[in-house]
Amino acid sequence: MVRPRSSRWAPWVFLAPALVLIGVFFLLPVTAAFLLSVTDFDLYALADRSVVRFVGLGNYSNLLSNPDFVRALRNTFYFVMVGGPLSIVASLGAALLVSAKLAPYKSFFRTVYFAPVVTTLVAVAVVWRYMLNTRYGLLNYALGGLGIAPVDWLGDPAWAMPAIIIMAVWKNFGYNMVIFVAGLQNIPADLYEAAELDGAKAWHRFRHVTLPMLRPTLLFVSVITLIGYFQLFAEPYVMTQGGPSKSTQSIVLLMYEEGFRWWRMGNAAAIAFVLFAIMLVGTALQLLLRRGEE
Amino acid sequence: MSRAIQRRLLGTALAVVALVTLAPLLWMLSISLMPAGDANVFPPRLWPRQVTLQHYVELFARLDVARYALNSAALSVSVTIISVFINGMAGYAFAKFRFAGRDSLYRTLLGALVVPAQVAMLPLFLLMKALGFVNSYVGVMIPGMASIFGIFLVRQYALSVPDDLLDAARMDGASEFRIFRSVVLPVIAPILITLGVFTFMGTWNDFMWPLIVLSQEEKYTLPVALATLSLEHVQDTELMMAGAVLTILPVLIVFIALQRFYLEGITAGSVKG
Repeated sequence: MVRPRSSRWAPWVFLAPALVLIGVFFLLPVTAAFLLSVTDFDLYALADRSVVRFVGLGNYSNLLSNPDFVRALRNTFYFVMVGGPLSIVASLGAALLVSAKLAPYKSFFRTVYFAPVVTTLVAVAVVWRYMLNTRYGLLNYALGGLGIAPVDWLGDPAWAMPAIIIMAVWKNFGYNMVIFVAGLQNIPADLYEAAELDGAKAWHRFRHVTLPMLRPTLLFVSVITLIGYFQLFAEPYVMTQGGPSKSTQSIVLLMYEEGFRWWRMGNAAAIAFVLFAIMLVGTALQLLLRRGEE
Repeated sequence: MSRAIQRRLLGTALAVVALVTLAPLLWMLSISLMPAGDANVFPPRLWPRQVTLQHYVELFARLDVARYALNSAALSVSVTIISVFINGMAGYAFAKFRFAGRDSLYRTLLGALVVPAQVAMLPLFLLMKALGFVNSYVGVMIPGMASIFGIFLVRQYALSVPDDLLDAARMDGASEFRIFRSVVLPVIAPILITLGVFTFMGTWNDFMWPLIVLSQEEKYTLPVALATLSLEHVQDTELMMAGAVLTILPVLIVFIALQRFYLEGITAGSVKG
């Protein structure tokens, strides 16, 4: 039998809308962003393009001596390096709980744990601003029950970022939990049975069966968490506006303010590219590290 | 340890984590029903002394929340329909048509996934400005209409559509669009629902891009309006909680109704990704 062929143009008709949209409204702007980052495009250029000048890598070298940028970089790394692992540990813990053989009402609890993920970030940031209120907030009230004195979460530069991390872990742990649950289901049950026959205790089974078998899942989860956490924006925007004393100013928040509040778009584009580069290097490092372990 | 005790311990641990997870959301709901000023007391009230809907009334009557909700709903529904259609066609084409350059084109698209959306935002804004789309719904919608992740999701699923089915339809002289509509769509419907749920929630919850594009208050989406209001009404806790409830409720309902599709989307993206 001769297979009837689709016509030569058919695939391109199906692809055209998506390709045109992605090309014009994503790939083109990404390329243009690099060009923008080597110019001094600012408020005046918005009105009159002819004043734009080529400044080479000037925006990039200025960033290094800009204390705001260095601070934003440090804040973002703090958020990624502390919040990322905390949120992965919370996800794994929750996944182990809802996957336990004897756990009751698994799907109910899975839904509950996932609920914060689908909530609107801006709205829960408003809620958490109040949860973290020094005098009336639920968190300090609960800590008070344990005999801990009230913490000025969002007013103290030392505590504002930890507060945002607490909120981010609460908001996000359900997402990675679902991925871990799928990973746990793929571990063959006979591995556990064999370990049990050998007399391995729960902790040893976790350490020597679960963790090694979860390695690919862990790698995937840490890469997407790293990528997501580097893009910190709405939490500080709503909860702290980057304060107090710029202690929660993130790279994306700084980019937003440079670009869309002060209209220093050349500078903002350079910030965006530095963020991109950091994310690339971070992802590559993780992939290399894991490969090295194997 | 006996199984009964283990089961009880697990149940307790699960319940405690559930309580901690739900506490902020339940408290939000509870405070939104309290009379003004009742949230600012120590020790914090967990339940309203007296239930009132005054803040919801005020949000609709004085702060025009119905308009923002309508904006959000119209935008999210439109982007969802358009994106399901556009990404559905593209994903199917990558999965089932053979044409020159297909694999390298697909690989290029997947490669572009590593570029964070923020990189494109500045020139995208200038482009929107040049096209006259700033402060318009079209401007908000455009970046969400085609998504590389959506194409990827559909393609993985559409690979399982049997070629024989398509060939048989072609033998019958059906046009490619007809085949797509009546043969392919029913088969890939589950993944399109998944994509639809993802897109709806993503658009509803999106904050940064609408914040950048929209300058006129009456065009704001719910999250942008809520963020703006919450910076103006820092003291009106009960009012802001009611606003948060209204913003979160629609996505929560969509999630609970369609969670099977949503959760499958996450695992499909992770296993094959």
